[in-house]
Amino acid sequence: MSKITDAFKNGKAFIPFITAGDPSLDVTEQLILEMDKSGADIIEVGIPFSDPVAEGIVIQEADLRALSAGTTTDKIFNMLKNIKDKVNCALAIMTYINPIYAYGSEKFLSNCNECGVSAVIVPDIPFEEKEVLKPACDKYGVEFVSFVAPTSHDRIKMIAKGAHGFVYCVSSLGVTGVREEIRTDISEMIDLVKSVKDIPCAIGFGISTPEQAQEMARYADGIIVGSAIVKICAKYGKDCVPHVAEYVKSMKDAISSM
Amino acid sequence: MSKGRFGKHGGQFVPEILMNAIIELEDAYNKYKNDLDFVAELDTLMKEYAGRPSLLYYAEKMTKDLGGAKIYLKREDLNHTGSHKLNNVLGQVLLAKKMGKTRVIAETGAGQHGVATATAAALMGMECEIFMGKEDTERQALNVFRMKLLGAKVHEVISGTKTLKDAVNETFREWTSRIEDTHYVLGSVMGPHPFPTMVRDFQSVISKEIKSQIMEKEGRLPDVVMACVGGGSNAIGAFYEFIPHKEVKLIGCEAAGLGADTDKTAATITVGKDGIFHGMHSYFCQDQYGQIAPVYSISAGLDYPGVGPEHANLYDIGRAEYVAITDEEAVSAFEYLSKTEGIIPAIESSHAVAYALKLAPTMDKDKIMVINLSGRGDKDVAAIARYRGVNLYE
Repeated sequence: MSKITDAFKNGKAFIPFITAGDPSLDVTEQLILEMDKSGADIIEVGIPFSDPVAEGIVIQEADLRALSAGTTTDKIFNMLKNIKDKVNCALAIMTYINPIYAYGSEKFLSNCNECGVSAVIVPDIPFEEKEVLKPACDKYGVEFVSFVAPTSHDRIKMIAKGAHGFVYCVSSLGVTGVREEIRTDISEMIDLVKSVKDIPCAIGFGISTPEQAQEMARYADGIIVGSAIVKICAKYGKDCVPHVAEYVKSMKDAISSM
Repeated sequence: MSKGRFGKHGGQFVPEILMNAIIELEDAYNKYKNDLDFVAELDTLMKEYAGRPSLLYYAEKMTKDLGGAKIYLKREDLNHTGSHKLNNVLGQVLLAKKMGKTRVIAETGAGQHGVATATAAALMGMECEIFMGKEDTERQALNVFRMKLLGAKVHEVISGTKTLKDAVNETFREWTSRIEDTHYVLGSVMGPHPFPTMVRDFQSVISKEIKSQIMEKEGRLPDVVMACVGGGSNAIGAFYEFIPHKEVKLIGCEAAGLGADTDKTAATITVGKDGIFHGMHSYFCQDQYGQIAPVYSISAGLDYPGVGPEHANLYDIGRAEYVAITDEEAVSAFEYLSKTEGIIPAIESSHAVAYALKLAPTMDKDKIMVINLSGRGDKDVAAIARYRGVNLYE
């Protein structure tokens, strides 16, 4: 059983995202350790990219702050290596294909393996293009996470059949960012996935409040929250850690008993 | 599995949310490209509205002045809206209409593609929104007003480097939030499949015409065909019919900015590395960690850190050659063609003219060179004046 599968065994999973290096890698390190203690089941560590086309303005700005602070892929791996033994929950890396490709897919995934990273989430690799990364993922035992979206329709079964770890369900159209309301028929999307494969489904895009998380957790096995956390990091800067920890705890509490 | 490959380049690297949209687009394109009514309708628009075929003009004064190869200019600058961009836009907007879309969105750099899209949208009764980097809205203010005049809404893009690359990012983001009624009219031979192939097909009218026009005038194919390359749509349009004719040398002229050896450059094939961005595997200006580089060129239309996948492959297999032209060389060529032939070329096209100034004198007089004059330079006059120290604002 992989660490990702285990992450879904402790009630509904809470999956926070942070941009590595925003505002600094020291803070990122503390954030990972504290979110772990506060109930995170999987932590998504974002490697910042200059042109994150799937992100809304909150994460775009976080990426730019992190890059301006001198964050690089090597420095992120070094930080992860240092805290590897102190982290209990699963770790996933989220980034775009170009930073991985430029680094070298083999080297990147071998580093993931060494740093205890269990999954990679790459929004600009759709099902049809996964061969660019999947072989290296398999070789180093890192799960390649697949996406399904409200526009996927007849593609869902095909994607689910080849999915590993968990399926990342995009809640609504558009880019990442906090939304007032989510109208998509989530249950239909998840039912389609589950009709083909018994695999955990986590929902992301637009979720920020415990009430929204509870609503989504009625259908999903896990809740992914990015922008709402990155906003806290932006607001409090280097002092963000206790605020983020408190937020993570409130979100996990809201869904864990469901 | 992967579609739309040119050698190792191309592909469909977009978020899942857009996959069905590009698959539907591919299906619609495959259906309509062979549909006699669609082809006839587009053909009529090209003739009656765009003003095709564009002229193939023998630049006699320039030829004599340079003392080498016989120079022809393919006058895409004479198209309606002033550039080759309309060829692709008429095709895509007509296709979008057939697909039942009611709204088109597009990125623009210099504003030429935005103007062409706004024009076609006005003509075909579609809603139109254009995304343009803030820096470009400033250096191409006249085109912003033209787009508004044509009924389009222009969004100033303030993210990243505030130029073409960021306008593309923002248009993709907009598309993911509204797909059902909206078609993204991508302006170059870039992005995910089917765009590089479809845009090339719509632009290949340029080389089809060059071929028949030069056969009529000279009774043979040219020795050299050259064009400027940003994303590469006018260049691939000018090259395409000649690709199987190995004796025709194909030369793409990239924007070196302040020099391909400086960090103020946009010469992607010259200095870029293999990468995957904006939906495609191709060459990109980037750092060692794969962060896309902030590129620079005086020409807003060539100020892009990538290049279309078919060009990347033509370079890999040695079928086309790519050279880098500096701002200074392009501006001198802009002035040269204006004075010598009475034709003011777009600053983008001036990059190709600049290389002709170097190459033509080294060729024999019985050789033939065709330069694709992709657009006209009215939009650039104020910027060139400023470059030369004249404080002129539109």
